[in-house]
Amino acid sequence: MSSNADIYHEMIIDYSRNPVNYGEIENPDVTFHDSNPLCGDSIDIDMKIDDNKVSDIKFHGKGCAICMACSSVLTEITKGKSIDDVRNIEKNDVLSELGLEHLQAVRIKCALLSLKVLKSALYSYLGKHMKDSKDVDKLKEEAASLY
Amino acid sequence: MQSAQTSFENLRKDFPILARKVRDNKSLVYLDNASTTQKPNQVIDAITDYYQNHNANIHRAVYALAEEATEAFESTRDKVAKFINIKNREEIIFVRGTTEAINLVAYAWGRSNVKEGDIIVSTEYEHHSNIVPWQLLTQEKHAKIEYIGMDDNGELILDDLDKLLDTGKVKLVAFSLMSNVLGTITDVEKIIAKCKAKGVLTLVDGAQAVPHMKVDVEKLGCDFFAFSGHKMLGPTGIGVLWVRKQVLETMNPFHGGGDMIREVHKYETTWNDLPYKFEAGTPNIADVVGLGAAIDYLTKLGMDNVRQHEVELTQYAIDKLSQVKGLQIYGTKDITKRGGVISFNFADVHPHDVAQIIDEEGIAVRSGHHCAQVLMERLNVAATSRASFYIYNTKDEVDALVNSLNKVARIFKL
Repeated sequence: MSSNADIYHEMIIDYSRNPVNYGEIENPDVTFHDSNPLCGDSIDIDMKIDDNKVSDIKFHGKGCAICMACSSVLTEITKGKSIDDVRNIEKNDVLSELGLEHLQAVRIKCALLSLKVLKSALYSYLGKHMKDSKDVDKLKEEAASLY
Repeated sequence: MQSAQTSFENLRKDFPILARKVRDNKSLVYLDNASTTQKPNQVIDAITDYYQNHNANIHRAVYALAEEATEAFESTRDKVAKFINIKNREEIIFVRGTTEAINLVAYAWGRSNVKEGDIIVSTEYEHHSNIVPWQLLTQEKHAKIEYIGMDDNGELILDDLDKLLDTGKVKLVAFSLMSNVLGTITDVEKIIAKCKAKGVLTLVDGAQAVPHMKVDVEKLGCDFFAFSGHKMLGPTGIGVLWVRKQVLETMNPFHGGGDMIREVHKYETTWNDLPYKFEAGTPNIADVVGLGAAIDYLTKLGMDNVRQHEVELTQYAIDKLSQVKGLQIYGTKDITKRGGVISFNFADVHPHDVAQIIDEEGIAVRSGHHCAQVLMERLNVAATSRASFYIYNTKDEVDALVNSLNKVARIFKL
């Protein structure tokens, strides 16, 4: 069995030291904040959305190396993608980029906080632009099943 | 005289868990005692013995077992009274822990004594359990919660208290005897003297202090005092609330149910005597017995010796940790003003990452906000790492902690 400390490989340390897409966007189309009640980590995500695509995304906040690295990777995955594609991003899309598929339970929330914020941001954006109540219900269902 | 350090080394054998290996066959170095302590055989055996030989419900039945169970339960009340110097045993209420104790006060005292515009005072270094119950109460009553600030040395700014008391609106000042994050020992005499001069009640959270130093509640002169069993070698799920009789007699019950009544009729009920009025339902008998064994254990060691052991160990740890490049210790370095709790940050490495990497070496420290987010805001940090000591910790374990930080430095290229 690999040791838990093995998760601190080069990529994680580099991303946490030099986070990508870190900062704030002026006049974002959507912004969302959430925190992890257990450890106090907190993440904000701002997005610009043009032609149903995420044209720009930035994050900022406080978190451990795992949280910062995953946030960086997530923003890289998201940038330029269509809203539908972002909606379909899954946990493992982020975790596998960093070799964190087997992260212990206690740290998984560190890794996925930014994904939760991204999805929440997206749902709040979509919710505002949806007209059909069936779509809204489906969205609510999706949001409820986030974790 | 032998130093406390040497005479305490033998007691590690009383704690079976300290002999186990963790992770990759590493010796366990348990440094999260401010969170909960390990349990000696004496406590574990007392609980087992209770269930194997004496288990019955207390206070009512006349058969032999019930008599033994009642005796075991009630004798612990006397042990508590002696341990923290309380004159009247009927002022001692068994609760689940400090959190429940404070909630009991907020509910049973607060709801009938706090009115619109009143102020409850807490401090910037309180645990959430001494903030949130007061927020709930003041929101319900349209009252206010205010705070005694903390200076950069981790000590309370008593001028803040003076200003608040001058408003004439303060009903209660609630504060901990020792900070669970910084280890600061509160200047309790001064605070209580100021409050008494204005006729304001005081609640002291003794969760961090009672396990680690001699506490004399009568001498303190507060009105409410709370502590937990599990932070002082006892089991989880048992704690104590003490309330001065003059105040306790004015309080409504917390929970309604069995054991807390004198007579129940269809439309009215009269209450049982103190303290039983506040102990509804079958209590946590086994763990009260366990708490009694924990008090016996600590009494035998002597609380002054416990404090001396921790002073030596904490001073050693502060000296060693101060030599680690990039490591910042929060709070005062004056050992006479702090207990065995050291919160720190290591360069820009997040405390979670520190805790996880040193866990691989078998070292258990806490990382996070320690249920003190108001304090984290004051310190302007998201979290800290925290090492906290108890009677079984050794200087070798402090060395192991310091060495493990080298691994953190290596991985994070500090």
